[in-house]
Amino acid sequence: MTKKLPSITNKLPALIAGAGFVLLWQLVCSLGLVPAYMLPSPADVLRAFWFERVLLWENALITLKEAFIGLGLGVLLGLVFATVMDSVPVLRRAIYPILVLTQTVPTVAIAPLLVLWFGYGLTPKIILIVITTFFPVTVGLLDGFAAADPDAVNLLRSMGAGKWQIFRYIKFPGALSQFFSGLRIAAAYCVVGAVISEWLGGFGGLGVYMTRVKKAFAFDKMFAVIFLISAVSLGLMALVDLARRLCMPWQRVHENKEQ
Amino acid sequence: MGILEVRGVSKSFDGRPILDRIDLTLNQGELVCLLGVSGGGKSTLFNIISGLLTPDSGQVLLDGHDVTGCPGHVSYMLQKDLLLPYRTVQDNVILPLLLQGIPRSEALKTAHSLFDAFGLDGTQRLYPTQLSGGMRQRAALLRTYLFSRKVVLLDEPFSALDALTKSAMHRWYLDVMDRMPVSTLFITHDVDEAILLSDRICLLSGTPGRITHQISVPYPRPRPDDFKLSQGFLACKKQILSLL
Ligand SMILES: Nc1ncnc2c1ncn2[C@@H]1O[C@H](COP(=O)(O)OP(=O)(O)OP(=O)(O)O)[C@@H](O)[C@H]1O
Ligand SMILES: [Mg+2]
Repeated sequence: MTKKLPSITNKLPALIAGAGFVLLWQLVCSLGLVPAYMLPSPADVLRAFWFERVLLWENALITLKEAFIGLGLGVLLGLVFATVMDSVPVLRRAIYPILVLTQTVPTVAIAPLLVLWFGYGLTPKIILIVITTFFPVTVGLLDGFAAADPDAVNLLRSMGAGKWQIFRYIKFPGALSQFFSGLRIAAAYCVVGAVISEWLGGFGGLGVYMTRVKKAFAFDKMFAVIFLISAVSLGLMALVDLARRLCMPWQRVHENKEQ
Repeated sequence: MGILEVRGVSKSFDGRPILDRIDLTLNQGELVCLLGVSGGGKSTLFNIISGLLTPDSGQVLLDGHDVTGCPGHVSYMLQKDLLLPYRTVQDNVILPLLLQGIPRSEALKTAHSLFDAFGLDGTQRLYPTQLSGGMRQRAALLRTYLFSRKVVLLDEPFSALDALTKSAMHRWYLDVMDRMPVSTLFITHDVDEAILLSDRICLLSGTPGRITHQISVPYPRPRPDDFKLSQGFLACKKQILSLL
């Protein structure tokens, strides 16, 4: 119990600042400093959120479905790529620079191309999310694999361990921390990736909803959906953190020791 | 013939000779110490005996079989304890059994009775960071022991410990050796430790390293607590210091 207290006091300034910001925003709107149709007040946004709750929920489900499929495939692909690249050094040297290069191409730039190639269905959206999530996971794993202690590898070799056993007992568990750091970034990217690809065409999802309310100049709904998207991203990141805690119970022990 | 025979092993790194025609025999149940200055090639010799490195020339025979350059035959505790931080103590020590394909539950059963003998009872489910230095070392020793009881190589197993813990560990290890017949080859910089623990001391010196002298310590083990103050101990120490 006593451990919880410092974390709350640590977050207190941020909470107060956040509340102050919302208050200020409400004040600006209530005093009519900015025309109401351009900047809805927090109360307006909340109201819009409530009225649109069913629509938002339905669209959020579509976006989440795309995000999850894309993230799952991206992570799977990342695992395969990182493992293969780590065990075949030539492949690592050949592919790694290309991977980094592909990351300089912005998502927004390839999304229209994907729509032209694959239409308005699920495929272009999944592909875009896979492309964006695959990279942080692969790089995280590769760095983790490379950081394996050569002495620990030697210890296992001295016990007669083969390549696969060294991977399973040393490299993979040693890379978990970096893997989860990569996954956290990927989780944040995947929702944004889904929304961007929905902007360019689709039959549902928060991105489609967004373009619709934009055309109607419904600023309050616009704000509502923006907040929803960041909430979903935050939620996914929290989920990754939870998974990390469950998969790496020894970290909690280390944290306690440091306090 | 000894259980472990090193015959004419030489090794150089990047053209720099480190070991020169090393001959070494370890007999069944014997505790032999390799004493030498830092950087003299002691760990390199262990890496060769364990099969992690292949010598430029020479052979390593275990029970008469050539195991040169083949890892997986002798127990080797490297210079660091190398307990894996993400595995509990029990999952660390059973690692050699898991690698041999023994199911976890069975491996845990095998290890269970030894936790007490190694003074580790109650630490099974802890993580290595939760252990003291002496306990970590004992856990690493238990893992080494579980791999094979035939030949054990220990690279400075006690050097990272403070003096008090160290002498407690010495007493404890001699006691273990007494109850569990293993043949041990171990490395140290510490002359006192060498005399206290071993049946025989091999001095590795010079560049490239050679075994220049072998000194036997003809006192029965386990040795009494005041052995360090005895005439025999002091005579031995004097002899070694004059040779170093
Ligand atoms: N893989 C390697 N490649 C090149 N040089 C090496 C390698 N391993 C060891 N050496 C060199 O060989 C020499 C002997 O090293 P070694 O670790 O065997 O010494 P040591 O006697 O165990 O020393 P210490 O007591 O400090 O552990 C050192 O000069 C070291 O730099
Ligand atoms: Mg050494």
